[in-house]
Order: sequence, then C-alpha cells, then structure tokens
Amino acid sequence: MLIKIPSSSTLKTSDITDESVYIQRRQLVKSMGFLGAGALLGSAISHKANAGFFDSKDADASFKTTALNYKADKDNLSLIRTPEQKVISHNNFYEFGAQKNQPAELSQNFKVNPWQLTISGECENPITLDYDDLTTMFALEERIYRLRCVEAWSMVVPWIGFSLAELLKKVAPNSSAKYVLFETLFDPEQMPGQSNRRLGGGIAYPYVEGLRIDEAMNPLTLMSVGLYGKTLPPQNGAPIRLVVPWKYGFKSIKSIVSIKLVREQPQTTWNKLASNEYGFYANVNPAHDHPRWSQASERRITSGGLFAKNRIETLPFNGYGEQVAHMYKNMDLSKYY
Amino acid sequence: MLLTTSNKVILVKFVIHLAAFLPLLSLYYLAFNDQLGADPVQEVIHFTGIGAFNLILVTLTVSPIAKRFKLGYLLQVRRLLGLYSFCYAFLHLLNFLMFDLQFAWSLFFNEVVKRPYITIGMVAFILLAALAVTSLNRIKRKMGKSWQSLHNYSYFIAILVSVHFYWSVKSEILLPLFYMSLTLILLAFRYKKIKELILSIFVKKITSK
Repeated sequence: MLIKIPSSSTLKTSDITDESVYIQRRQLVKSMGFLGAGALLGSAISHKANAGFFDSKDADASFKTTALNYKADKDNLSLIRTPEQKVISHNNFYEFGAQKNQPAELSQNFKVNPWQLTISGECENPITLDYDDLTTMFALEERIYRLRCVEAWSMVVPWIGFSLAELLKKVAPNSSAKYVLFETLFDPEQMPGQSNRRLGGGIAYPYVEGLRIDEAMNPLTLMSVGLYGKTLPPQNGAPIRLVVPWKYGFKSIKSIVSIKLVREQPQTTWNKLASNEYGFYANVNPAHDHPRWSQASERRITSGGLFAKNRIETLPFNGYGEQVAHMYKNMDLSKYY
Repeated sequence: MLLTTSNKVILVKFVIHLAAFLPLLSLYYLAFNDQLGADPVQEVIHFTGIGAFNLILVTLTVSPIAKRFKLGYLLQVRRLLGLYSFCYAFLHLLNFLMFDLQFAWSLFFNEVVKRPYITIGMVAFILLAALAVTSLNRIKRKMGKSWQSLHNYSYFIAILVSVHFYWSVKSEILLPLFYMSLTLILLAFRYKKIKELILSIFVKKITSK
C-alpha cells in the first residue's frame, strides 16, 4: 500500500554522499589515526579511534547484504536522506556495544540465515517465518521515514519492508490481543553486549519492546528487512526489525525473533530501566522534555561536518500526526509519554 | 642523565604540549571535514569533555608523584596541565553551544538552568575559569594567601566533573564510575588537607556567628 505524507512536512532536494567518496574519506581518517591522543588522553576515546582501524569496508570480513526487489517510495523523494554510510555506522544497538560506532564494528560476523521469527500468543494461526519468508512472503515496498532518536538527533532513512498489519492479519489476532510484544534475539556468543557489561551498557537482555494493538495495526508501522535498496546490515537490525516512525527510535526494536499478541501492556526494556525518562508510548513530543534534555528540537544528521546547520524543530509525532494522532485523542500525552 | 632541572621541566612541558595539543588539531581537522564518524558534533563534545577530565586527573596526580618519588621539579608543570584542562573544558562548552545547539541562546540558558547535570558542569567550568585567570604570576602574587584557598577548589571541581559525567549517560555507567573512583583515589592522597579544609569551613561558620 502507498503511504501519502502531506507535503507540508516534506523537504527539498537530495543530498547523498557518494559511497566511494565516503570510503576514501574513511581511509584518510584511518591513515591519520589519532597520533598522540593515546599518550595523555588515553581511555575510551582513543580506544574508539583505534577501533577505526578494524571497521574497514574493503575487508572480506564485512557482512554481505543483497539487493531487494521493492516498490519505490515516490512520494517522499524530496526528503533529504541521511547518507547510507552514516545510517550504517551510527547505531544504537547495545547488543553490539553501547558506543555509536561499535555495532558496525562488532556485528559483521552476525549470522542471520537461518533465522526464525515466531508470531504467537492471542491469535488463531500462530506461525513461524524462516529467513527466506522474511523477504518473500509479502510484497516489499520502500518507505522513506524520518527517524527521531530520544537523544535528540535524527535521520531520514529509506527503509524497505512490509506493514506489520499484513503480518498480523495472517495470524488473525483474537479479541484478547490488546498489545504486541517484540523480542530481540538473545545470543550472547554472537552479541557481545549481552554477556559483557561494559559493552552492553547495563540494560537488561533480551531487549523487549511493545505496541498497543491499534499502533501495531497502523499502516505506518513497518517491519523492515532492508534499507537503501539492500537487505539490512546487522548493525541496523538484520534480518528483520520494527520501524515506528512517530515514536522515539528505541521503540523500533531490531533483530526480532518473537512477536507475541498479549492481553496486558508489556514491560519494555528502557521503560523498566528508567520509567521517568522513557515511557511505554514514547511518541515523539516536542512539548514533553526528557528530564535531562529538551526534546523541542533535534539535530538532523545529513552530510556536512561541524558547521552543518542541522538543528531543526521537532514535530509532534515526528511529523506523522495526520496518520496517528487520532489514536491518542483522549489521552494526556504528558502523563502517557 | 645530565639534564639540569630547568631542562627537565622544559622537556616535560614539551611532551605535555604535544600530547594535549596535537589531538585537538587532528580532531577539528577531521570534524570540520565530516570525517569523524556519522555525527562529528557528538564526537567533538565527548572527546573534549573526556579530555578535560583526563587532564584534570593528570594535574591532580602530579603532587602525589612528586612527593612519592622526590621529583620536586614536576610541581612546575601543574599550571600548564591546569590550563590545558581549562582549554579542553572551554572547547567542550563551546562545542555544545556552537555545534550542538547552534547558538540557540535561549535553549542554552534553559538547559544550563533546568538540567542539573549541565548546571553542575557549568559550575565546574566557572571555577576552572577562575583558576585559569588567577594562574598569572602577577595576579598570584597580589592574591597572597587567598590564592591557595581559591586553588584548593580544584578538588571540588574534580568531584563536580565526575558527577557531571555520571549523570550525563543513559545507562552505560561503568566508565563514569571508573572515573569517579580515580577521582576519589586522587583525593584520598590529600585526605588530611581536605579534612582540614572542610573543618575550617565549619569553624569559620561558628566563629562568624
């Protein structure tokens, strides 16, 4: 199905860094290193810079993605997309390390085939999808969405996938299915953050997220299997992840193995960790600050270095109010943040 | 080694300049050219922030080492290290204002007042600035005894900075806890002095009543 985004929220002209140019730059960074940084400044940062020596794109060790067949999103071509290299190198995926650059470096040997995704719980026909089913069971379409992180940065990503609603219709939820519970793979051998407290950032594993059933059935809610025309790299949640564009990024759970239809509102990872900072709903809301920083504006990550003028106003529901605001009509959004 | 004491001081200072200044050159060169990862803004903020904290801790390590190994001349490099600490802290703040908030002044003032961890960071910065300004020999001489009492705030600054760091992270508290322990260890070397300082505050209060 085709999602129309109102023209009021669209931007102009494309601004994508050519991949080869980007890689050349990375080589330069690598060859320069951080001379001297280790001597006095030591610690985490230079460790991070040194790690750059291993994130080489030319190494055969890097994860192989494959091209996908999909229907292009022609309605949002005017959104300035975040360059692909930035989308796949700046990730919050604590299973592979809590620093932004770590997932891309520590996930390249991640095995996504075979994979099993089980949809079960309060439904008529529970099913299990295999790796091939993920990209063949439904017609794939591109969705160019804004992604707003709770940390107040944002991107624009051309996802490829299918509506979660289509998948849920297949299992036929029963009348007791009030919420949907999602779970990331738990495999400490492959996901070093799950066994190493320092890498994993101190959150509970497996990562768990949830949606209300109407949110899950909203046509915007996407099960993504790819981005920028290819299957997902591990750092972005291969082989299948959720994308809920009107909510903060942590709701969009990665590398999903289980989707369960449940009766009660699930206990979700960040909400459990700090419920005053991360609500269950986590709708993008410029009027409701995170206790430690403002959510009124955001930095849109595109190309451009330090002087990129990229601070923009944050929009209610991340600009998708027309499609989703009706679901929260009678709710106090400052209470149900 | 036949180095004279003043040559030793010059040598150590030279090493400090290299180790503290070169990383900044490389950092900003890469960041201006968008070669510092996907989000150079976050990168420069974190680098200068951690760098400032590292330098503060190194500064606080000098006296215990000089005492333990009888290397009195080392005391002469504390000012340089302190000034670099201030320099990194200043860049940290400037990065936040210029590149993250992009001169949204009202947002800046709001954040400084509303977010306790930023308030604490700001207090630490102001104190550090006071120490930097009064590090000039002429001012130092004019201040007499009060110079030392002012510069005793360096211990307080280290504590503020460790709290600022701890409070700023989402869940990855191990590194901030490590830094906090380093801070406490360095302060433990000054146990007697700090105890006297705290006592003197109470004594002043009582006598002034």
